[in-house]
Amino acid sequence: MARNPQPIRTSAFAAPFAAGIVIVMILAALGAVASRADGAVRFGPADWAALRFTLWQALLSALFSVVFAIPVARALARRRFRGRGLLVTLLGAPFILPVIVAVMGILSVFGRTGWVSQALALLGFEPLSIYGLEGVLIAHVFFNMPLATRLLVQGWSAVPAEQFRLVGQLGLPPTVVFRTVEWPVLRQVVPGAFALIFVICLTSFAVALTLGGGPRATTIELAIYQAFRFEFDLGRAAALSLVQLAVAGGAALLALWILPPLVMQAGRDRSPQRWDARTLTVRALDCFWIVLAAAFLLLPLVAVLQAGVFGLFKMPPLVWSAALTSIWVAIFSTVLLIALALPIAASLAHRKRGGLESVTLLGLAASPLMIGTGWFILIHPYADPQVFALPVTAAVNTLMALPFAVRILLPGLRQAFTDYGRLSGALGLHGVALWRIVLIPRIRPQLGFAAGLTAALSVGDLGVVTLFANPEFATLPLQMYRLMGSYRTDAAAGAALLLLALALAMFWMCDAWGRRHAAG
Amino acid sequence: MKYLMTTAAVFCATAAWAETPVLTVYAGDYFTSEWGPGPKIEAGFEEICNCDLEFSTGDLVPRLLLEGERTKADVVIGLTTDVTAKARATGLFSPHGQDNSALTLPIAWEDDTFLPFNYGHTAFIYNEETTATPPASFEELLALPDDVKIVIQDPRTSISGLALVLWIDAVYGEKAAEAWEALAPKILTVTKDWSSSYGLFTDGEADMVLSYTTSPAYHMFAEDDFTKKAAIFPEGHYFMAETVGKIAATDQPELADAFMAYVMSTDFQTLIPTANWSLPSALPQDAWPEGWSELPLPEKVLFYSETEAAEVQGQAIETWRATLSQ
Repeated sequence: MARNPQPIRTSAFAAPFAAGIVIVMILAALGAVASRADGAVRFGPADWAALRFTLWQALLSALFSVVFAIPVARALARRRFRGRGLLVTLLGAPFILPVIVAVMGILSVFGRTGWVSQALALLGFEPLSIYGLEGVLIAHVFFNMPLATRLLVQGWSAVPAEQFRLVGQLGLPPTVVFRTVEWPVLRQVVPGAFALIFVICLTSFAVALTLGGGPRATTIELAIYQAFRFEFDLGRAAALSLVQLAVAGGAALLALWILPPLVMQAGRDRSPQRWDARTLTVRALDCFWIVLAAAFLLLPLVAVLQAGVFGLFKMPPLVWSAALTSIWVAIFSTVLLIALALPIAASLAHRKRGGLESVTLLGLAASPLMIGTGWFILIHPYADPQVFALPVTAAVNTLMALPFAVRILLPGLRQAFTDYGRLSGALGLHGVALWRIVLIPRIRPQLGFAAGLTAALSVGDLGVVTLFANPEFATLPLQMYRLMGSYRTDAAAGAALLLLALALAMFWMCDAWGRRHAAG
Repeated sequence: MKYLMTTAAVFCATAAWAETPVLTVYAGDYFTSEWGPGPKIEAGFEEICNCDLEFSTGDLVPRLLLEGERTKADVVIGLTTDVTAKARATGLFSPHGQDNSALTLPIAWEDDTFLPFNYGHTAFIYNEETTATPPASFEELLALPDDVKIVIQDPRTSISGLALVLWIDAVYGEKAAEAWEALAPKILTVTKDWSSSYGLFTDGEADMVLSYTTSPAYHMFAEDDFTKKAAIFPEGHYFMAETVGKIAATDQPELADAFMAYVMSTDFQTLIPTANWSLPSALPQDAWPEGWSELPLPEKVLFYSETEAAEVQGQAIETWRATLSQ
């Protein structure tokens, strides 16, 4: 074929419009903040040290997360066992935990007096000390490895079952299977997952500081927080936000540049029987990785559960109404997400490379404090910003979830266009009908996953609500922090557990909606 | 349910007594939660003012700076001593109009703009079940073995963290860097805010935590737990207070004045200890709630005025950062 025909179009306007909303939300806020700046901005040696540390930890965090995710995803992709679905859902949990809860969970396991240290003490060893770069990496891998795993599992399941049957029949050794079938998949997924995690870790701050053991672990985001909330130096805050956006944008462009052009293959949607992975060694190895990942990710969650059970009964009733508020925020974010993510992903799916993807990453790299303050400045002359506290919070949550959603939706949409694009074009399907009849059913599992992730993230994120919280409508994370801030550690642990349960339930509902169809 | 009823009550109240004057009070975020001091203050003031007190929560100084002259606030409550300079610089506040000599603070208070309504001091809290021999002085703290682990807050992101660097500066002056060097190996980690530090301490991850002299009171009076103690040092402890200020351009000047007077009243002052877990600013010790006067408090109190703090703050934070980054 001489040229690649583009037989169908979703909508020429929807994608630039959706991307435009993202850009406007970020740039308007940045501009508003910068407009209130006074005086020149100077970067001192401490700022350069912070930038170096930020880049270094983000790079290593992304590297370890992806490298650990590869064998785990491979094992999960080729094993079918009882409870696999539940495990896959639970493995998504770390990603949606509020940072402070996750840190407490991690320290209950890996801390100085944590379970591992206690076990080591029984054997006569010194307790574990994770404070430092290793602590930062443990936490960031804990948060992000599950995401990389899900993206990779998705990549693996895009390999047509016929290919695995073929390599099984040919009796190819695992190394050859890896090189010929699996490596091409990895090359498609890894750069994107890497860039995504790198950008998430760029904006890390409380986790990096607490587990990093002190001011050595100062990140740019901490400097932004300090500039906004303590020095109230808006010029400095804007300049630092710009640095963060530039680094993230650079990472996104680099990832897009590395990303090879896509080669899509059509298959017949059979569930793959992995004839190539039946030997005992391979099985044992898969089992090892699954157990290791499960232990690493689930033990801290067990700690959160253990700490929170008693607290559930000590929670003031206000916590329940806060939970309701958080559910509404999550629903709003999710609807907004779907409206933004589908056109952007569809537009990207038509292209071999896409600049729009880097736009979505910017949403993740923009400091929520910057967006919150910027929109406060913009809204205040016209209306009471408190009225907009929850919509702005929900919109910021959507921005944060957008890059994940686009990553998740993209492969499925590409496949749908490859498989059914020409047919749909010939039938004259377009617009809403195309989405309803062809595309949505094809990407339902991915859409469910993306929506679930957004809802869960939105429930768990403190976001910008602290800047101008309306006392009548506090969100659940905000109530949890308030409880923590007034000595009520037990009740706060209960609220954290409620939050975890709520986030998981919302995630599970959306994910199950998607997967129920996939099974049929 | 309670929440629904409150909302309903608010709606009815707005509809039925639309002419009732409203006093808008900006407060720190923790203030208005049902376990914070806000609801009690609101109920207490509304009983005497024939008005409606409305709290509006959020970051106080950033919000005032963003809103400027257009602020809706009549009164601002919860401005800590480290932000009064910035708040004053906005030019939004007018004199508080109360008699400073009625204050019972351990330091002389001469500010006629910001009126303290509570106070406390920085202190290291330990659990006497796990720390058998607590340090009896700052010197002893510095000389503790390195396996005693202390968790502190970041002075760049937390007011208590900032108070600690000022505390060490006030005690050690020129030798602050050496003091930090001695302390550094014992510092388990530094957290963004007070809550995370305190959580690490109650979870047993750290032996001691930088907190306040009043922290043991919460455990004693709310939890019947008498194991948490503040280590009291003869070198002195750093003073911290929260203040209330009146907005000059308020459209409710009488109500705002009435509120300032209410802050100094015995009614207000007696609810501060258990609602705010801090010490009342204008109440003689013998009038404190039962048990509170037995709380160990420092004899010597250290405090930098706004101008002094502004002078030393930058260098004190840099000393902390440089020493702990090694």
